[in-house]
Amino acid sequence: MRAMVYRGAYKIRVEEKDIPPIEHPNDAIVRVTLAAICGSDLHLYHGMMPDTRIGMTFGHEFIGVVEKVGSSVQNLKPGDRVMVPFNVFCGSCYFCARGLYSNCHNVNPNATAVGGIYGYSHTCGGYDGGQSEFVRVPFADVGPSLIPEWMDDEDAVLLTDALATGYFGAQLGDIVEGDVVVVFGAGPVGLFAAKSAWLMGAGRVIVIDHLEYRLEKARTFAHAETYNFAEYDDIVVHMKRITDHLGTDVAIDAVGAEADGNFLQHVAAAKLKLQGGSPVALNWAIDSVRKGGTVSVIGAYGPIFSAVKFGDALNKGLTLRMNQCPVKRQWPRLFEHVRNGHLKPSDIVTHRFPLEDIAEAYYIFSAKLDGCIKPLIVPNAA
Amino acid sequence: MAYTAEKPPLTESSDDLRARIPGWGVDLDPADRPSVPRERFDPALSGAHWDFPERQPEKWPRERSIEHKFLTPVFGTSCPPRGVSGMMRKYAYKRFSEGRAAHWLILIAADRVDALGSHLRSFLTSRPDNPITETGLLSEFSHRGMSSRVGKKRADLVHQPLDAIIVGVPWVLAGRVAYGGVKGVVKVVGRSRRR
Ligand SMILES: NC(=O)c1ccc[n+]([C@@H]2O[C@H](COP(=O)([O-])OP(=O)(O)OC[C@H]3O[C@@H](n4cnc5c(N)ncnc54)[C@H](O)[C@@H]3O)[C@@H](O)[C@H]2O)c1
Ligand SMILES: [Zn+2]
Ligand SMILES: [Zn+2]
Repeated sequence: MRAMVYRGAYKIRVEEKDIPPIEHPNDAIVRVTLAAICGSDLHLYHGMMPDTRIGMTFGHEFIGVVEKVGSSVQNLKPGDRVMVPFNVFCGSCYFCARGLYSNCHNVNPNATAVGGIYGYSHTCGGYDGGQSEFVRVPFADVGPSLIPEWMDDEDAVLLTDALATGYFGAQLGDIVEGDVVVVFGAGPVGLFAAKSAWLMGAGRVIVIDHLEYRLEKARTFAHAETYNFAEYDDIVVHMKRITDHLGTDVAIDAVGAEADGNFLQHVAAAKLKLQGGSPVALNWAIDSVRKGGTVSVIGAYGPIFSAVKFGDALNKGLTLRMNQCPVKRQWPRLFEHVRNGHLKPSDIVTHRFPLEDIAEAYYIFSAKLDGCIKPLIVPNAA
Repeated sequence: MAYTAEKPPLTESSDDLRARIPGWGVDLDPADRPSVPRERFDPALSGAHWDFPERQPEKWPRERSIEHKFLTPVFGTSCPPRGVSGMMRKYAYKRFSEGRAAHWLILIAADRVDALGSHLRSFLTSRPDNPITETGLLSEFSHRGMSSRVGKKRADLVHQPLDAIIVGVPWVLAGRVAYGGVKGVVKVVGRSRRR
């Protein structure tokens, strides 16, 4: 089969690999029909995630058709069209039993702090991902769902991560009616977080980025008020000014480890790998939110320490909430919202690449060229 | 205003927002949202029909965090550790918990060793690493590299040139190793000729 393969920081290619075998009685093998590249993949692509091995196949956002199932699989059969949450999870451990699917304890031998994620380094379990023609899906009775008849493929693939995560980010903000919400980052996750904030009754939604074309999308798609931080000497002061010096009720970090806006922080984290992530956006969130407010962190950070302004968070009495998104827990509600038109995730898709061109797709998405917001990957066998 | 008791008024009322934004307020009740409460004990919900999953066979000694009691019943089988980088990885797992910086720094170092080794080995195969196709660099020209940057207030332009260095270093190192190798061969050949 053809599969994307990591060759070192900023280098990937498509190689011929064996179709993955069934390794466990509850495995399924899925033939991928559509995949996507996520902002999280860029952290791997840039060599920031510890234990990212040469030869690994990335990709945690994918949908497909069941090709084969293991002997104990009851809920799926070959030919079923399925969407697969980015989390690998067992459904039965202490954490899964309480709905914390992204914190499963039975699927990642490499780290206890992280659950399992498809195609996301050995630190997240060492599973090959879905930017490929076939992929092994463990716990087939627990993770995947059948794609409803009425759902578009592009909406389905965005539900496997970006939409679920953005919505989850808004939820972690504990938004109540009339709240002023600022979202840092106008990537797919930030756009969906901004849009979801309205569903939860936000009274004002502000989006911050430095890419004008993405801010434009935040205005049209997410109905947000936007500011380009590169145009301000100090975006935190600006946030205070526009909130009558109170600060926002909620701040959402949808940027994560490669945040721009401070050259030294960015270089220390993203280029030299000296900290787990550049906390520029997270620190801006901490400084922009009002005292007693809530900071929701869905931007991803590596396992090494980062220079977070913890003292400000303490002194301001903030609530910090964060997690990897437990995708499947969001699905029933999000299926409703997509079905009745409150959310149309595929509106943010800008590019579609054949699997063979995936090196270009990563380059364009990483360098933010050509108005790219969300690139999809179409495998040859689709 | 922050200096007095009242919250600054919003410019749009809830009714205005409901009229302007499709779906505004459909999830207004904080108690009626998908991940609320954060932990809800319901082991039957997931579809799992086991208390503890069957164990996946361990086909090679699988490295694991020493914070785990045992190898998890299911695990990924991509890229078993190999060579020098593999030894470094196994050491990082065996010796240091996730709580120790050394654990992660050794793994990051192993990633670099793995990358350089794979890069060098690729020159002995029919498909050596190719800096043009593997970086996707040509999309600079096919996908508006210039106009995506010029005249834009983008904060990332100051460090994007560093990417070229990160990408280039392995080729430079590989080149030096190859040059050293060729020089060595030339010397040996020369010496044997003279003899
Ligand atoms: N928690 C989860 O479950 C989960 C799931 C998916 C993605 N993520 C993470 O969410 C983050 C965003 O993902 P994405 O797909 O939208 O990525 P993306 O790279 O497309 O978007 C990030 C955006 O942040 C902007 N940005 C950079 N520095 C900024 C700053 N200081 N302030 C404001 N904006 C800034 C960038 O210009 C970019 O538009 C990533 O870190 C990703 O790893 C987390
Ligand atoms: Zn993702
Ligand atoms: Zn579990």
